Amino acid sequence: MSKDVKIKRGLDIKLLGEAQKTVSQVTSKNFAIKPPDFVGVFPKLLVKEGDTVKAGTPVFFDKYRDNIIFTSPVSGKVEEVHRGAKRKMLEVRITADGNQDSVDFGKADPGSVTKEVVIEKLLKSGVWANIRQRPYSVIANPEHSPKAIFISAFDSSPLAPDCSFIIEKEAKAFQAGIDILKKLTPGKVHLNVHTEKTKSPVFLNTKGVEINKFSGPHPSGNVGIQIHHIDPVSKGEIVWYLNPQSVVMIGKLFLEGRYDGSRIIALTGSGVKDPKYYKVIAGISISDIVENQVGKSDNVRYISGNVLTGDKIDRDGYLGFYNNHITVIPEGNHFDFLGWALPRLKKYSVSKSYFSWLTPNRKYNLDTNLNGGHRAFVLTGLYEKVFPMDIYPMQLLKAIIVKDLDMIENLGIYEVDEEDFALCEFVDPSKTEMQSIVREGLDFIRKEME
Amino acid sequence: MKALRNYIDKIKPQFQKGGKFEKLESTFEAFETFLFVPDKVTFKGSHIRDAMDMKRMMIVVVVALIPALLFGMWNVGFQHYLSHGESIGFWDTFWFGFLKVLPVIIVSYVVGLGIEFAFAQMRGHEVNEGYLVTGMLIPLIVPPDIPLWMLAIAIVFAVIIGKEVFGGTGMNILNPALTARAFLFFAYPQDMSGDKVWIFDKADAYSGATPLGNALVGNFDKLPSWHDMFFGFIPGSVGETSTLAILIGAVILLITGIASWRVMFSVFIGGYLMGLIFNWAGSNEYMNLPPYYHLVMGGFAFGAVFMATDPVTAAQTNKGKIIYGLFIGMIAVLIRVVNPAYPEGMMLAILLMNVFAPLIDHYVIESNIKKRLKRVKVKV
Repeated sequence: MSKDVKIKRGLDIKLLGEAQKTVSQVTSKNFAIKPPDFVGVFPKLLVKEGDTVKAGTPVFFDKYRDNIIFTSPVSGKVEEVHRGAKRKMLEVRITADGNQDSVDFGKADPGSVTKEVVIEKLLKSGVWANIRQRPYSVIANPEHSPKAIFISAFDSSPLAPDCSFIIEKEAKAFQAGIDILKKLTPGKVHLNVHTEKTKSPVFLNTKGVEINKFSGPHPSGNVGIQIHHIDPVSKGEIVWYLNPQSVVMIGKLFLEGRYDGSRIIALTGSGVKDPKYYKVIAGISISDIVENQVGKSDNVRYISGNVLTGDKIDRDGYLGFYNNHITVIPEGNHFDFLGWALPRLKKYSVSKSYFSWLTPNRKYNLDTNLNGGHRAFVLTGLYEKVFPMDIYPMQLLKAIIVKDLDMIENLGIYEVDEEDFALCEFVDPSKTEMQSIVREGLDFIRKEME
Repeated sequence: MKALRNYIDKIKPQFQKGGKFEKLESTFEAFETFLFVPDKVTFKGSHIRDAMDMKRMMIVVVVALIPALLFGMWNVGFQHYLSHGESIGFWDTFWFGFLKVLPVIIVSYVVGLGIEFAFAQMRGHEVNEGYLVTGMLIPLIVPPDIPLWMLAIAIVFAVIIGKEVFGGTGMNILNPALTARAFLFFAYPQDMSGDKVWIFDKADAYSGATPLGNALVGNFDKLPSWHDMFFGFIPGSVGETSTLAILIGAVILLITGIASWRVMFSVFIGGYLMGLIFNWAGSNEYMNLPPYYHLVMGGFAFGAVFMATDPVTAAQTNKGKIIYGLFIGMIAVLIRVVNPAYPEGMMLAILLMNVFAPLIDHYVIESNIKKRLKRVKVKV
């Protein structure tokens, strides 16, 4: 039975700089795969600097699960393996030759291939990394049989790209991807759409899936919230999830037999002159995208992803593996005289101690200022207002901080992910780094369990 | 502003590690962030943050306390002149009270913040803003006649034993302001009760008993009218007498969402219910007092609005907050009516429920956990 779910608790943060619905093509020579994008993966290199690669050539694999490999998004030459502190591998930089040659993985009919062939093909091509699992939000284990697979067909985060728009021309590949995914689970494939925002026939006419309708504010588009309301993860259970563009990628792997890393991304935020969509290849350096859009000397922050959960990157940094969104907002590294006491009409707050509640439709230009200092938890009851799960967020965080294994488990760690706590982190007057704490908790539990 | 900012940037290195005044780093930091919201930016997690911080939150509570404070100042003067049978102009009355209450506020802040700064420095933390509220609450819940040295000792006790030993604001179990009040109550009972203390420099012949004092000894004919008690023309602690002024503060706290409406309303409902229960039993005159009288007498309203709602010491789950509030209201009225030793039950009721709040939360959370475990069993 498909479900209709109304999300009541949450928050839509309205920001300036929404993307116009036009797509520009942009090419670049600089690409990278970033091992830190893959949580819990310990990368082991398969190439050296100077090697020639094709799209789909293995670049590194996971030391702990050696069947999970990561492949190059473009054809070209391995330029540099960029390492950080303690020689941690941060980026494998690849210079594209512009030909976009792909390793031939062989076409296959999505309707008739067997599960074994599907898994083998996905692993070999590196497309597998698109499939992640709950609990822990790590790349799925091909030996598991998940009770269901979830796809969120809309992104409710601030300034998020419109999934219906970016997938518009990919109906065939999307359906093919769904057919493939259906072979991986004995349960259902859930496609979750927004009651009003999702209009695309690509989603609404998809066959072989359960289409569930969601309404309400962010985080209604978070797959974790959707799982919680449709088929929650209890201890010992596993569900897989992926985003619509990943489904398209899987579909193309079988229809065309090649690794196709192309995707449409949105460039948004108040720091951008003309926010719009771009057609790019995964792992592209954003410098070519922002070239004419953001001034070189602007005091801004580049984020791969959205303002709540994205990663801070440099102007010449690279688009994250799971991201189809770049946000540019002003940095907040300035002082504000007696700011805590004045009305501050330009500031946004969910609390009515500021006046932003009088203008609910106004769009804000928010910067990265922390707006305060770190404190112990004081205010209660606020987090629940933006956390639409039957879970006590503050109690769970406290259990993680003191590493109380039983309590963490009992309070529902298996159902959550960092992104589900992003809004709690946003509203928190104590300025606690909640997403980091949740990640710590997930890593801790994973280590104890596996 | 620019000149001030430049000056702060100039002297800042002296207060940082290795500087001449490094022992005052926390103090400097507290004053700096008081003047300027710092330039600190996010580096991971959510890149944008809500504009509300602890300073904003605390200042709203202080603003909410101002009506009660101003009325309290006036009332200190009013009660003084009333006991002497004099009647003078509004501003003179207010001025008299202002001069009496101001030293209490100064002592409260100087002593309390001094301890906070010292502990923050010892721990290498930033100074927490919690005392901004506590420091204003304490002058409002003590008699206007309190000797300042006594107040200072009570604050030292409340801040160190009531708060800092647990790790500071956010970790304490008992409401620090009420801890100070309770310390005074048990350490110096002769100065904290009886009918002498409630009016500053009272004329000897005048009875200075509070409504609760009268009620306790059965002088119901001397009880002021409900209106007088609601508006606050009665003797009592500085900030607690006017229910109206307190309700103005309550509106501010509820609109801004800083105090929990769940706690606030359930305290009033609990008190009213207990009053009704006594009416039904009705075995003496106090029990027959209409329940709505309880809500305006003594510290009930002040406790419900400003003390019970302290988020750190209250129950932290939404269901827990309702249970916590109901119990406070009921126990406060229970102590008033049944216990012959204490005329007022609000302070003890809140402190008692502070202690039990974690237990209430424990059961609320336990039921959530059971629900989750049941889901697993159903599947199996």
